[in-house]
Order: sequence, then structure tokens, then C-alpha cells
Amino acid sequence: MNSLLGFTFILLALGSCRGLQDNDVDKEPDLVFQPSKYGSLWPLPQNVQISDVSLKLSSSSFSITDAKESGAGASCGLLQLAYRRYYEYIFGGAKKQKVNRSARAGPTDLLELQVWITSPDSECDGYPSVSSDESYELTVDQPIAVLKAPKVWGALHGLETFSQLVFEDEYGTKTINSTVISDFPRFAHRGILLDTSRHFLPVKAILTNLEIMAMNKFNVFHWHIVDDPSFPYLSRTFPNLSQKGAYHPYTHVYTPADVKMVIEFARLRGIRVVSEFDTPGHTQSWGKGQTDLLTPCYSGSKPSGTFGPVNPILNSTYDFMTQFFKEISEVFPDAYIHLGGDEVSFECWQSNPDIQKFMEQQGFGKDYRKLESFYIQKLLDIVAATNKGYIIWQEVFDNGVKLKPDTVVHVWIGSGSNSEMSKVTAAGFTTILSAPWYLDYISIGQDWLNYYKVEPLNFNGTEEQKKLVIGGEACMWGEYVDATNLIPRLWPRASAVAERLWSAKEVTDTGDAFSRLSLHRCRLVERGIPAEPLTPSFCLHEYKGV
Amino acid sequence: MKVMCSVNPGHCTLIKYIFLLLIIIHLDLNTAESVWPLPQIVILSSERYQLKPQSFSFGYRRYLDTKHSCSVLDAAFKRYFSILFPGYTYDEWVFENEVFTLTISLDRHDCEGYPNQDSSERYKLNVFAGQASLNAETVWGSLRGLETFSQLVYQDDFGSYYINKTEIEDYPQFNYRGILLDTSRHYLPVQAILKTLDAMAYSKFNVFHWHLVDDPSFPYQSHKFPDLSNKGAFHPVTHIYTQSDVRRVISYARMRGIRVLPEFDSPGHTKSWGKGQSELLTPCYRGGTPSGTFGPVNPTLPSTYQFMASLLKEVASVFPDPYIHLGGDEVDFSCWRSNPYIRAFMHKMGFGLDFSKLEAFYIEKIVNITSVLRKTSIVWQDVFDYHERVRMLVEVWKQGCYLCEVRRVVKAGLRVILASPWYLDQPGPTHNWARYYNVWPLAFKGTEKQKSLVIGGEVCLWGEYIDATNLSPRLWPRASAAAERLWSNERQTSCVERAFPRLQEFRCKLLRRGIQAEPLYVGHCKHEYQSV
Repeated sequence: MNSLLGFTFILLALGSCRGLQDNDVDKEPDLVFQPSKYGSLWPLPQNVQISDVSLKLSSSSFSITDAKESGAGASCGLLQLAYRRYYEYIFGGAKKQKVNRSARAGPTDLLELQVWITSPDSECDGYPSVSSDESYELTVDQPIAVLKAPKVWGALHGLETFSQLVFEDEYGTKTINSTVISDFPRFAHRGILLDTSRHFLPVKAILTNLEIMAMNKFNVFHWHIVDDPSFPYLSRTFPNLSQKGAYHPYTHVYTPADVKMVIEFARLRGIRVVSEFDTPGHTQSWGKGQTDLLTPCYSGSKPSGTFGPVNPILNSTYDFMTQFFKEISEVFPDAYIHLGGDEVSFECWQSNPDIQKFMEQQGFGKDYRKLESFYIQKLLDIVAATNKGYIIWQEVFDNGVKLKPDTVVHVWIGSGSNSEMSKVTAAGFTTILSAPWYLDYISIGQDWLNYYKVEPLNFNGTEEQKKLVIGGEACMWGEYVDATNLIPRLWPRASAVAERLWSAKEVTDTGDAFSRLSLHRCRLVERGIPAEPLTPSFCLHEYKGV
Repeated sequence: MKVMCSVNPGHCTLIKYIFLLLIIIHLDLNTAESVWPLPQIVILSSERYQLKPQSFSFGYRRYLDTKHSCSVLDAAFKRYFSILFPGYTYDEWVFENEVFTLTISLDRHDCEGYPNQDSSERYKLNVFAGQASLNAETVWGSLRGLETFSQLVYQDDFGSYYINKTEIEDYPQFNYRGILLDTSRHYLPVQAILKTLDAMAYSKFNVFHWHLVDDPSFPYQSHKFPDLSNKGAFHPVTHIYTQSDVRRVISYARMRGIRVLPEFDSPGHTKSWGKGQSELLTPCYRGGTPSGTFGPVNPTLPSTYQFMASLLKEVASVFPDPYIHLGGDEVDFSCWRSNPYIRAFMHKMGFGLDFSKLEAFYIEKIVNITSVLRKTSIVWQDVFDYHERVRMLVEVWKQGCYLCEVRRVVKAGLRVILASPWYLDQPGPTHNWARYYNVWPLAFKGTEKQKSLVIGGEVCLWGEYIDATNLSPRLWPRASAAAERLWSNERQTSCVERAFPRLQEFRCKLLRRGIQAEPLYVGHCKHEYQSV
């Protein structure tokens, strides 16, 4: 997925005699801030009616409670934690106001937000899935606001929306306008990919990012956990993989407890954790802790000492994969595993005489794509046996591997992604789009607009085909990204993707988006998130975490 | 462009062997190779001495009477002790018999002053027989030496601290090594500025060019003209720099041997000034009537110069540096042209239709004001381009053949600061520290005397898309690439491939010191950045 990035560094070293390009930074038409009638709502809900009637909230009397009829009561820890979180977002957790409920309340108009789970099974203790109901209805009126949702997942989104409706009037009083909202996502799969192999991301950085994802109604954390440079996943079955393949066997690994913590933290925010274990390419780090897994490359008639992709001709490879993916399927509760399958280089396979012999035996001729398919085919069977679904990068589909009908194809190659979407959906596969959302590429200026203007269904195909697009992902590959710059590089640029995937197709007014996104960014900053600025501007409460 | 490329950075292997007179012994990356920016002369041996926090001390050479101990150095000792031994607390400090002392001696005892353009930063560091001595002409040189010393100390796998026997003689290639921060397009909290000053000292930068005000906001709180920030700042209370904020920045910088160069850019880039100072800006006209918008400073009114004299007098007293940056860039003439009073003035002065003459007229008056205040003026190259006569220092910022411009300026006998190749606010599609490293400020045809007029360079981080949320990772470690270009010997540092592992190592050191420096490429540091 990141072939282009590999050589940028070298290009730079050579190209340095050239001066900088034109210095003019203000090429885009100027977006002028004009308050939106939707305030700071982001992503914009499907149906919103905001009235002029404003209600005051006081931190001492306002509370978030379970509705009497609710299908989830005080025993639903997920909701109770969310109530506390959103209470703190609304009233500023840092201020440490003493909350004294018995004290006489000041003038206030809104006393309560009642959360009402309308279905008997709230899914409070379950995990979110691609088919989870995320819809909710919010009515803000005096003296009680009601948030109705069939499942807890919708309630979580509704709480975020509620918190976005609250603003500070000029006297600093928390205020909310009387509002009616009914909302649901346009796409079911709204993801962020983080790459923890090229640089290790401390667990805290991952958790912070999950927190921000929830503020943007993202619901999938695609964890590209291992790759060529390092193997930070600590496997209980094969501890040598991280012992030898991580940057450091203790400080740069994710222990089972870490992984558990990430999954639970995500679940509490309605976010799925989809793990990716990319093979047969992108596996250099696997070879350090698992001998005979990778293909030995030859130069001439002798092994060169270097290794290529996973060796697809040994039975031991498949024994290993069977055990390994058994563990993965138990550790990660999500119904899907991402199996990668991208960018396999055939050179090493071509150099190896044993592989050549095998090709001959199988009648593959010189077509190494057939060998790749042979491997993937076996791998898919292994994973299917664990009762998991799988997601694969588009090359696997392009190379004609026979796929189970419920396979999800992940489209990432930038050029020709529209025709790829046509092809994949014409073949009847569900698909996820990432091609236009490689956020690790940076440029000066308001590039969020480019991400915002993407229309995922803008390809040739029938209505049936378009229904197969279940969503998209913003990718933050790790060549140049670690905990020092992850958050400002990702936010608020990824927020543009968030609205595209959540809001109605017709929501395309960039002027209105600019003003809401500016406020949304300031809200992130106020919540302690270093989200970078869009233009010369200021926030009432600037980032203090320097 | 041709001039620029006359030094080919690709031929590094050759250069490496030509300069054998400078003996740099490759031990491993834990030692002197990892000092960034590379010192001028390093002689290194494999003999090493252990350092223990409980038996390490800084000392003054005896003739420095302890009663007159140097406040700048005392503060530096405190800083560098925690940098040398992270996490170690003084409580456990017990004198052991064998104390490793770093003894400092200064030729001049000038601890109470401010660094300036002529300050010597030269130092000699000698680590030998379990002791170290640091000699410098000035306290500023000794600060540079302390930084180098701190980078020489390394930890082995068991956590013990070591330093190798080393001899270093060092001085900067250029005396002016600056970083520009823009606090007008986004307000930067004082804490973000102080943190940048810390990181600057680690890369041996010595000028903080404070682009305080500009079109979007006027955060400098003037005691003579409080309305400028009352009305011109983003917020009159939370988004301003009070006098005590400014003093704090100046003193924090001084402690690190860094000058603070204020910029009050005029006559363009002054929209925010107009909000708190009526009649300062030129009213623009549409048809025969004022359009309600304003252009650059109005150069035709005597009141303008009274105001500027008064403001600059305040600035000159608040900022101790003998230089003031007067800006003078990107003046848009369309508003002046539209205004009938300006046109009448042009006519009276015999400027014809050449508005650059009007601009020159204005700048000349402002430069005169600053020279009466005994300050040297720095201006952006635009001023030189239309007005070669004025005595001042020119900062070259435009892209294209910037060395051609440098050459024109030094031929006119003026001193020059180079900024063009170091516009770091432009992240570009790629991540190119090498682009900031492969810069050769003296690669133009000229006499030695002309080349000596190039006093240094400056990294510019303009604020359109930068605030405290992304400042540090955007600036570091890419600015450090420029730092080595400005400090070190060009011929010893011409090879990107050799610099790369050293810069990676240095970046990890920055992380260890709490600077949020972004990665250069795939890899890891022993101590990753934690506070997110």
C-alpha cells in the first residue's frame, strides 16, 4: 500500500540542488468564516432542526441519566462511562468544579439528558460490528432532552452530537438550542488505519487516537500492526516473533494486556478493532523470529543470505499460519481479519531453485501470480476455518484469486481507483475505499478540501453495485509518522473523511463545512487534542499541552 | 541556478578522504560523530571514562572568584545536569573521592550582558584523564561547549554513563543562525516559544527572529499604544504578549545564548495595526470615494512618522538586541494608487508613477528613526531590490536563484542573511530534511571579503498553518539540518548519507530531552516520545 513512499527519501537527497518551488501558499480560493446554521456539528447529522430557543445548562444541576423505559440501565458500564466522559467534555473536566447536587441550582432550563435504549437488547456488553445499528434520535427541549437509540452504539454517537450542540454564550454560560435530530451513518465502515510497524506507537497514542475517532464518529480502527520493519505484536503462541522481530523486545511491543486494553477502550467508544497481518509480502520482520518462514533468495546458485516473501511451498508455512491465525482469531473479537496481500515482489521467488521446481510441478509456468494465488487460497481456507471473515488489499482480487463471496476488497491504488471500484463490485464483492485518503501524504494549504470533495460512489455501476461499497478508511502510514506528529498530522484532516462517510451525499457545501470544521477543530483543541489549524485563525482556548 | 549547483553534494566520498587533516575516528555512533552540529575539529580516542551522577560536578577555574560566579552558567549547570543524567535527583548527591569535574574558564567575564552579532562562540573542550576542561572567550562560547559536552556523554547497555577522551576546537561558520516564528497568523503561547528556545540551544541556533505582528493580529502589548493589541489582537487578554511575557522570553533566550530579534514589519503586512491606530493605514478608494478598506501604512502623513518613532523607541528599549527587523516586504501598491491624496503627494515629490519610490521614501525615514535609536536595521530583500542605497542588513527570502540575489547584495557592500532555502512551513509532498542540508550559502562567485558579508541564515516557520499543536514536529529535526549547515565546516558536512544516521541519533536525543521532533524515516528510538 505504500510503494510510492519508499523512494521519496532518496529522491530528495538527489533533487536538492533545485530551489524550492513557487512560494505562493494561498492558491486556493479563500474560504471565509461565516457561522453555519448548523453551528459546530461535525459530521453533519442526516436530519437537523435547530430552533432559536436557547436553554441554559448548569454544571451543578444538569445530569445525563437512563430513561426509565431504557433497555440499558445502570448496569450498562459502557453507557455510564460515556455519561461521565461527555459530562466532562461539556463542562470542562480540567476545571474541577465541585459538583454539589444538593446545592440550589442557578437559573437553568435544561436539567437532564435522558438516554433511552429502545430495543430490549442494548448490545451493551457486545462488540460493534459492520451491521450494528448506529442510528439515534435526539430531542432537546425544556426541561428534558431525550436521546433515543435502538442500541448503545447509536447512543454513543448521540451523546457526541449532544455535546457538540452545547456552546458557551458570551457570559460563559453553557447553552444549547432546542433541537430535533434524527441521524444514522451513510456508510457502515468508517475507518482509520494506523501503522505500528514502521514506527512503534505507544499504547497511549493509540488510545488518544481512538478518543478522537469517537469525536468524529469513526467506527473502525484498522490496526496495521506488523510489517517489514518490525513485529511489535507479542504472540503467546510464537513469542519469538516479537522477541526478535520488534524494535525492542520489551519497550516496543504490544503485550496481550495492551491489545486487550486497546480493544476494550475502542469497544467502549463503539469502535471495532480490525487487525491486519499482511502476508506473503511485507513480512521481513516475521523471519527474524520464525526460521524457514520466508523464502531464501538466491544470487546465482547460492543463497544470498537475504529473504523474500513467505515461502509458499513448505507445509511448515501452513502449519505455522494455522496456529498463528487461530491465536489471532481468539485475541481479536472482530468478525473480520485483514490479511493484506499487497505488493508481493516476485524477484526472490524467481531466484530460488526450489520454488522454480515447485512452479513446474504445479504447472504454473512462469506466472508467479499463480503461486501467489496458491498461497492466498490456502491462507483464506485457514482463516475461514476460524470462522472469521477477511479483508484483503485489491491486488489479491486483481490477481484472480478465488475468493469467498463475503470477502471484503480494500481499494487503495490511487490511479484508476474508480474503475477498480466498478470491477470489484461488478464481481459482487463488498468493498472499502482508501485510495483518495492517504493522509500520510502532506502538502501545504487546505488539503482537507481534497479529502472532503471525494464522492465514494462516483464510479460506473448499478445501484446494486453501489450498495456493495460499505465505506472507507483514511490511512496514516508510518514511514514519517510516530507519536511526535501523529495527532496533528491526522486531525482535523481525517475529520473531512469522517463527514464524507457519515453525512448524506448531498452535504457538499465547502463553505459551510469550513466554518463547522474550524469550530470542530477548536473543540478538539479545547478537549486537549493537538489538532492542527486550517488557516490563519485562533481558538478561544488554544492548545496548552506544549 | 547555475551558481547554486556549483558544489555538487553527491561527491561526498571524495571529500571525505581529502580532509584527513581533521582526524575523525569512527568509533561508533555513541561518540563524537553524534555531536550535532558537527564541531570544526574533533580528535577522539577510544579511551573512555565513567561518569556517575553522584560524583560529577561543574566547576569554575579558580581565578573566577566564586562570589562573582556566573548566573548564566549556574543556570546552565542545573539544566545540563538533568540532561546528562535524566531522572536523577539531587537528594542522593554524595561526594565520592574521585569526582569528575568539568572545569570552565572564560577569557572575559561578561555574564550580565546579552549575546550580539559579534559575540565569540568559540570554545575548546578537552576531556582527558578523567577530567574535562572547557575554555571559551565568552560565556556564550561556554554554553556551546556545554551543549557539545552533553552530547558526548552516552550510556552503555547497563545504564552506566561514559565519555571518551576527546579534544574539540569549535566555532561557528556563520555568526547569525536564526529561527523565525510567526506569532501573528496564529498566536503561540509563551510556553511554546520557550520550548522552541530550548530546542534551538540544542542545535546551537543563536537568534530568535520574532515576527511578532502582521496582517491577521497584533499580539504585542505596547505600553505606549495599548490599543494596538486591545483592538488588533485575536483576543485582548488571552492572545497577547504582555511586557512581562516579552521580558521572560528575552531573559530565557539570553540564558541560552540566544538573541531575540523583534520584527515590526511595515508598510505592508499591517492590517492589524490599523484597528488600534486610526489614520495609520492608507484608505483605499473605489471610484472617487473611500471604499472602507485599508492598504499599507500611509507614508504621506507626518503623524505616521511620529507614531512610528514613538513605537520604535519603545521597541528599542524593550528589546536589548542592537538590531531591529523592519520588514518591508510585499507592499501592494494598488491601494496607494487608488488614493488621490497619495497621488498628489507623489506628484509633489516628483516620484511620477513609480510607487517604489514612495516605498523607498517611507523606508528611508523609518531606517533613520532606528539609526537615531542606535539600532541596526534589517529588511527583507524587497527593500534592497528597489532601493539599493540605504545602509542596512538584507534578508534574502525569495525562491529561485537566491544566490544571485545574495551576490547582488554583497556586491553592493551590504551584509546579508539567507532564508530562501529554509522555508520550513512548507511541508511539501515529501519529507525532505536533505533539501535543507544541501544548501551552500557561499557557492557564488565573489571575493573573500564579499563572502564574509554573508553573516548567516535563518529558518522560517510562517504561521498560516502552524500553531502550538504542530509547531515542534514541523520544526524539528528539519531545522537541525539547517543548523549544521550554518555552524559546521561545509566540506566536512557535504554528504547527506553520512549525516543521516547522525541526525537520526540527534533526533532521538531531542526526544529524550522532551522535544517533540518528528521521525526522519522508518525506525525507532530507545526512548520514544510518550506524552501525547
